[in-house]
Amino acid sequence: MFPVLQRRTGLVTAALWTASLASAQLISRPIPPADAVERGQKQFVIQCGGCHGADARGDDNGPDLVRSVIVLDDEKGSLIGPLLRKGFPNEGMPAFDLSDAQIQDLAAFLRERTQAAINRNAYPLQNLLTGNAKDGEAFFNGAGRCNTCHSATGDLAGLSSRFQPAQLQTRFLYPRGGRGGTPKPTTATVTPRTGPTVSGSLEFIDDFTIGLRDADGYYRSFSRDAVKVDIQDPLTAHAQLLKQYTDKNFHDILAYLVTLK
Amino acid sequence: MRPILLAACVLAGALAAQPLDPAKLLQPPTDSWPTYNGDYTGRRYSPLKQINQANVSTLNLAWTRRFTAGGGRGGGGPVSIKATPLEVNGIVYFATPDNAWAVDARSGREIWHYTWETTGGLHIGNRGFGMYGDWLYFETPDCHLVSLDAKTGKMRWNHQIADVKQEYFCGPAPMVIKNHIIAGVGGDSLDVPGYLESHDPETGALQWRWNTTPRPGEPGSETWPSKGSMEHGGGMTWHSGTYDPELNLYYFGTGNPNPVYAPQSRLGNNLYTCSIVALNPDTGKLVWYYQVSPHDSHDFDNVETPVLIDGEFKGQPRKMLAQAARNGYFVLLDRTNGKNLLTAPFVEALNWSKGLDAEGRPIPNPDMEAKPDGTLVSPTEGGAANWFAPSFNPLTGLFYTHASESYGLDWKTDISKTPEGYGGRNQTIWMQNLLQAIDYKTGKVVWSHRYPNQGGNRSGLLSTGGGLLFGGDPTSNVFAMDPANGKMLWHAGLQSSVSNGPITFELNGRQYVVLGAGDSLYAFTLPGH
Repeated sequence: MFPVLQRRTGLVTAALWTASLASAQLISRPIPPADAVERGQKQFVIQCGGCHGADARGDDNGPDLVRSVIVLDDEKGSLIGPLLRKGFPNEGMPAFDLSDAQIQDLAAFLRERTQAAINRNAYPLQNLLTGNAKDGEAFFNGAGRCNTCHSATGDLAGLSSRFQPAQLQTRFLYPRGGRGGTPKPTTATVTPRTGPTVSGSLEFIDDFTIGLRDADGYYRSFSRDAVKVDIQDPLTAHAQLLKQYTDKNFHDILAYLVTLK
Repeated sequence: MRPILLAACVLAGALAAQPLDPAKLLQPPTDSWPTYNGDYTGRRYSPLKQINQANVSTLNLAWTRRFTAGGGRGGGGPVSIKATPLEVNGIVYFATPDNAWAVDARSGREIWHYTWETTGGLHIGNRGFGMYGDWLYFETPDCHLVSLDAKTGKMRWNHQIADVKQEYFCGPAPMVIKNHIIAGVGGDSLDVPGYLESHDPETGALQWRWNTTPRPGEPGSETWPSKGSMEHGGGMTWHSGTYDPELNLYYFGTGNPNPVYAPQSRLGNNLYTCSIVALNPDTGKLVWYYQVSPHDSHDFDNVETPVLIDGEFKGQPRKMLAQAARNGYFVLLDRTNGKNLLTAPFVEALNWSKGLDAEGRPIPNPDMEAKPDGTLVSPTEGGAANWFAPSFNPLTGLFYTHASESYGLDWKTDISKTPEGYGGRNQTIWMQNLLQAIDYKTGKVVWSHRYPNQGGNRSGLLSTGGGLLFGGDPTSNVFAMDPANGKMLWHAGLQSSVSNGPITFELNGRQYVVLGAGDSLYAFTLPGH
C-alpha cells in the first residue's frame, strides 16, 4: 500500500447526510451523499484497497473495515481521521497526509459499505435461471398439471415481457397479485338455513363474518354461524404444489416460463 | 433497597398504592400482572374465573384509549403496542419505542407519559417493563436501559447496554430476579455478538454479562471454525425468559447465528445460538444449554418463551420446560439439567430439517440452505412460531401457540468465503395462520384452529381458570375460546389486530382482561358492576 497524497483544496464535503427513506427501513443512520461516496471510493481503491480490499471487506493483508467498530462508531471522519493521520506503524499501516475533505469522503464511502451490508432488502440477486426449460415444460404439461388452468399461448403468453425472473419466480409459486392483470377472484357460495343460496366473489372472511359481492354487484354479508360456506379459491393448486415441488421442479418451471415471450 | 421491600411486604394490602411486593412474582397472577409473562413460569395462565364459559358471551368493553407516540421502524411508522402491560396496585404500565405510560387500570386515564430522546436504532417494538419495588425498567431502541420512578414517571438513571452505531437495537422487557435487572439486546444486520447483562436495580451498575457465543478456548468454541466467526456470530437476546426460584435458574432463548443466510464461514453447530440456555442469575454463569436449531441458516431465532411446566411425564412428576420453537418443533426438556424429553413438529412440512438426532435436536438439511437461485423453504423466515406469547393451561395440560405453516424463498447473495450481514434474502410465498393446542406429554397437536385468511398474526395468548383461552385473530378480532377444543365462545371486533399478549387481573372483586391492538389499549369486563 502506497499512500498517494492528493490534497484537495477548495470544496469541502458539505453535503448533508440524508435521513433514511422508507425503502431502506433497515438503515437507521443518515445516508452519505453519493458524490462523496464516489470520491471516497476512488481514493479508497487507490490508497487502501491494496490491504483492505477494494470493497473494504479486508483480505489477508488487512482487516475488514465494514464491520470495524471504529468505522461504525465514526462520524464523518471523527475517529478514522486521527487514525489515518497517525497510522499503525507497528502493524504495517503508514500515516496518511489527508485533508479533512478527503477523510470525510473516505468516511462516506465506508458508511456506504456498511449500509450496503445492512440493507438486505437491496442485496442484488444472482442468476435465478439455472433450471432446464424443457423439463419445466414437461412438468407444466405433465405432473404439475399447470396446463389444467393455464396455457402458454393463452393467459401466459408474453409472460417474460411482463416480469423479471425474480418477480416471476415468486409469482408463479403463489401469484398473489394475479397474472399481471386483474387477479382471478376467490368465489364463495353461502347457504343460509333458510332462503336461497348466494354466490359471488369473496370480499372478506374471518371466523365470524363472510362478505361477498353477488352477480348484481351488491355487497352481501352473513354471520358464519348462520350459514354454510363453500369457498372456491383458484390458487388452491398453487398452495398444494408448494408441498410437491422438488428443488429441480421449480427451477425448471422458471426456466420454462421465461421462454414465454 | 432491602428495607424498602421489607416495608412493602409489611404494608401489603394496607395502602391503595405501594411498591410491588416481590412475592407477587412467585404466585400465579390474580390481583396483579407484575412481570412480562404475569409470573416467572411463562405460562400466561391466571386462576381467575369470574369471567368464565358461562358468562363470557356478556363480556363488555370497560374502556379503551389511544396512544399515538412511539411509531415503528424508523420512528414514523404506525404505533403498535407490543408490550405486555404490567398491572400493579391498580395501575397499568406499558411502553412503545421511546415512550412509556402509566394509566389507571379502572379507567385507562393517563397518569404519566415518559418520552426518551432517541439517538437512533430500529424502532421495531418495545415489549414492556420489568418492575422492582417502586422502580420500573425498560429498554430503548438506541439500547439504553432506563429506570423510571413508577409514581411519577421521572427517569432515575439510564445506562447504555449496547452501541446503536454497531447496529444493535433493543426492546425486550427486562427480567427482574431478586436484585438483578436482566436486559437483552437485539440486532442481526451486521454480525455483532450477542450477550445478556444484569444490572443493579438501585444504581444500574453492571453486575455481569454473559456472551451468547464463546471466545477462543472457551467451551463451545469448538463449534466455530475461527475466532472471527464466533466474535461475529450473532445470537441476540431480544426476548424475556422464565425463572425457577427453587433451582435458581433463569431460562431464555438465543437468536440466530450470523451471517444469517450465508453460513459457509461458520461451519459447525455455532453454540450458543438458537439455543435454550439456563443461567445462574446471581453470577451469569451458564449451567446448561440445549440447542434447538444447530447451525441455523434460516433466521430461526430461538427466543420463543421457554414455558415452565410442573407435571407428570411418563408416570413421573417432573420439572419441565416447553417451547414451541420458530423452527417448527415443540421441545420438552427436563429443566433441572436440560435433557430432552421429547421433540415433535407442531406444523406440517418442515422441509429445512432431515429429522431428529439422538438428543431430539432437529438436523438441518444442507440441501435446504439458501442458494443463489433460490431455495423453497418451509417454514419461511418468520418461522412456525415467533415471539408472540404462548400459554400453558394446567387444567387442560395443553400448550397453546399461534403458529403458521408457510413457504418462503431463501436466496444466498454472498457466496464469498467471508460473507457479511444477512448474506442472503428471503421472501414469504404463502402462509396459513393457525392456533395449535399441543399435549405436552406427547407433543401431538390435539386440536388446531385454522384461520380462514392469510396475513400475519402477532397476538399472544392467555388462558384462565374460567375455562377460557383469549387471543386475537388476523382480522382484528379479540376472542375467547374453549381451551379444551378451540370452540369460539366470544369475540369482538377492534380497530386493529391484537398486537401484544392479553393480560387479566382482579381489582375490587372485578376481573378485567386488557390487551393492546395497534395504538390502543382495550379493557373488557363483565356488565353489572
